[in-house]
Amino acid sequence: MYKIILAIRYLLKRRITYFAVLAVALCVFIVVVVMTVMTGLLSDFKQKNHLFVGDCVVGTESLVGFAYYENFVQMLDRTDFIEAVSPVIKSYALKSLRGSEQNDGVEIMGIDPARHSRATGFGETLYYHRDDVFKTFEPAYDPNLPGIVLGIDMQLQRDALSRYTYEGNPDRTGYSISCFPLTSRGALAQAGTDMVNTRTFYYSDTSQSGLAKVDGSLAYLPFEQTQLLCGMAGPVKRISAIHIKFKPEIKLLDGCEKVFALWQNFKKQKADEKQAYLLDTVRVQNWKDYRRSFIAPLEKEQTVMTVMFAFVAIVIVFIVFVVFYMIISHKSKDIGILKSIGISSFDVIELFSGFAFLVGLLGSCIGLFGGLLFLEYMNRIEDWLFEHFSWQLFDRTIYVIGDIPDQTNAKVLGVIVISAIVACLAGALVPSWQATRRKPVETLQVNQL
Amino acid sequence: MSNNDFILKAEGLYKSYRMGATDVKVLKGVNLAVKKGEFIAIIGASGSGKSTLLHILGALDRPNKGVVKFEKRDLSRFSAGELNRFRNKMVGFVFQFYHLLDELSVLENVFLPSMAGRSIAGWFACRKWAKNRAGELLAELGLAERAKHKPYQLSGGERQRVAIGRALMNEPRLLLADEPTGNLDSATGNGILEVLERLNRAGQTIVMVTHDERIAKRAGRVVTLVDGKIKS
Repeated sequence: MYKIILAIRYLLKRRITYFAVLAVALCVFIVVVVMTVMTGLLSDFKQKNHLFVGDCVVGTESLVGFAYYENFVQMLDRTDFIEAVSPVIKSYALKSLRGSEQNDGVEIMGIDPARHSRATGFGETLYYHRDDVFKTFEPAYDPNLPGIVLGIDMQLQRDALSRYTYEGNPDRTGYSISCFPLTSRGALAQAGTDMVNTRTFYYSDTSQSGLAKVDGSLAYLPFEQTQLLCGMAGPVKRISAIHIKFKPEIKLLDGCEKVFALWQNFKKQKADEKQAYLLDTVRVQNWKDYRRSFIAPLEKEQTVMTVMFAFVAIVIVFIVFVVFYMIISHKSKDIGILKSIGISSFDVIELFSGFAFLVGLLGSCIGLFGGLLFLEYMNRIEDWLFEHFSWQLFDRTIYVIGDIPDQTNAKVLGVIVISAIVACLAGALVPSWQATRRKPVETLQVNQL
Repeated sequence: MSNNDFILKAEGLYKSYRMGATDVKVLKGVNLAVKKGEFIAIIGASGSGKSTLLHILGALDRPNKGVVKFEKRDLSRFSAGELNRFRNKMVGFVFQFYHLLDELSVLENVFLPSMAGRSIAGWFACRKWAKNRAGELLAELGLAERAKHKPYQLSGGERQRVAIGRALMNEPRLLLADEPTGNLDSATGNGILEVLERLNRAGQTIVMVTHDERIAKRAGRVVTLVDGKIKS
């Protein structure tokens, strides 16, 4: 009982203890804020990639694409673990404003908007056709014209607060899209003046996926017309990829394994076909692997940030250690007194461990509360700083985010608090163990001869 | 006098300390026997080894050679746990510089040994008794009004009386006092000696270390330590 009483009294009565509590609180605050924001950023980015891709992709990086996809799509549609399937054509093209000589390179994706919205989050990214994806490629000003959906940053300007200004209806704007159609062997499909396929599409909507590269360079076009543009609409039609969404109860890896098995089986069936060689370039990937090159840098950034702040935390742990060393050194007389009334060295270590535990717990609670409070008001603080000092944590002209994302994870918070308490215990253990090793007569300074 | 009447017996105690390259011999074969109910004063000049002897008798230090027997049991054969129990239950220490815990009140300082010797459950079972006993001790020592004060709010004499109260809390068989008046003026010191005399009259065995012959004369028996040996 005396251990609890003394530990609490040491905590409350010693001013230097407040510095230890403050150091722990600062440490926990920093780690909580950084981890939560980084986890939020990463989680937000992953979710956007997941919505963009769907669960699984069966596709090729080759611009030639692969054939016999209709049979495989039918095979997928018959399974009981797949919710939606969307065949797509991906290629590169030149985009120019109709009547203008200037053009710029874009990525194009030919989709069936209804199918693609079921397999991915495409429908949610639209502005004008969010509730009626069937009419995605029907411009409001003339539904009979072929429509084009542009990545939002290709059409609208973002302000400093990451807001876009939409018109009531899309402007009547025509874009010429030019493609080099390829044969199944990868050669140019046409020669002479017809070497390039050009068609005009009319702006019907924008797509805001929240992914900078996608929103800045991808244009969605109607599936059949893209197939024609890319030369994939021959007797044996070709596509670039099939985006798949699994039923909710299906685990990602299990679903992908099943699709892979189906693909292997399908490849065997088509082995004798004329364009079977195109199937060799096709890979089955889950959305994480498919977007690995985009997700990995942010994951690395999070790891680097975590390591950097771990170093900060180590410095603070050292400060806590020094504070404890000072406190316990000042308390060596108390240790002598306690030992002279029959308290064991183990009990003394327990007493100071209890004291360190209280410091760690109190500091962690203050840091955690402060961190969560800061996260709650973080965006308002950033808005205020921007309004008064034109300062932003994340430049919205570079980062495609609205509010600074944060994702509190009870498990991560628990680990941070436990780590802080363990650091305090470690900081207290060494000096208290050293102090208990001294003879009581030495610590009481009564060793007059 | 029967051999059984001795509560404490030290035989052939040797103790030396290293001071740099020099080995300083402090005790050179000390023999001492303390009878139950006796009040012994160990007197000697500064550096004669009297405090060292007291610490060895109270198991705060170990001799290099020799035996200390408490109620016929050799302290050197005690385990660490037994030594802790011995310090907690069998002996009470009174130091020259009081050595009270500033974070605790006067009352808490007094009942600290009782709390230290028990588990949480054991303490809750007897805390009422312990607090009453501590209160009674403070009343006997004239400090009833000071129970809730902190040690730093007391005078030197009051602090020493609190230290005596703490030493007596677990009703030890032996009270060891190391220069209990060394830090006090003569009037206050006299008050402390009166307390010790009163305790001794009530049957408490006391071994007191002092360098002052006038104080030593208040004890029932005076033992002089000269050059690390008891002068016969």
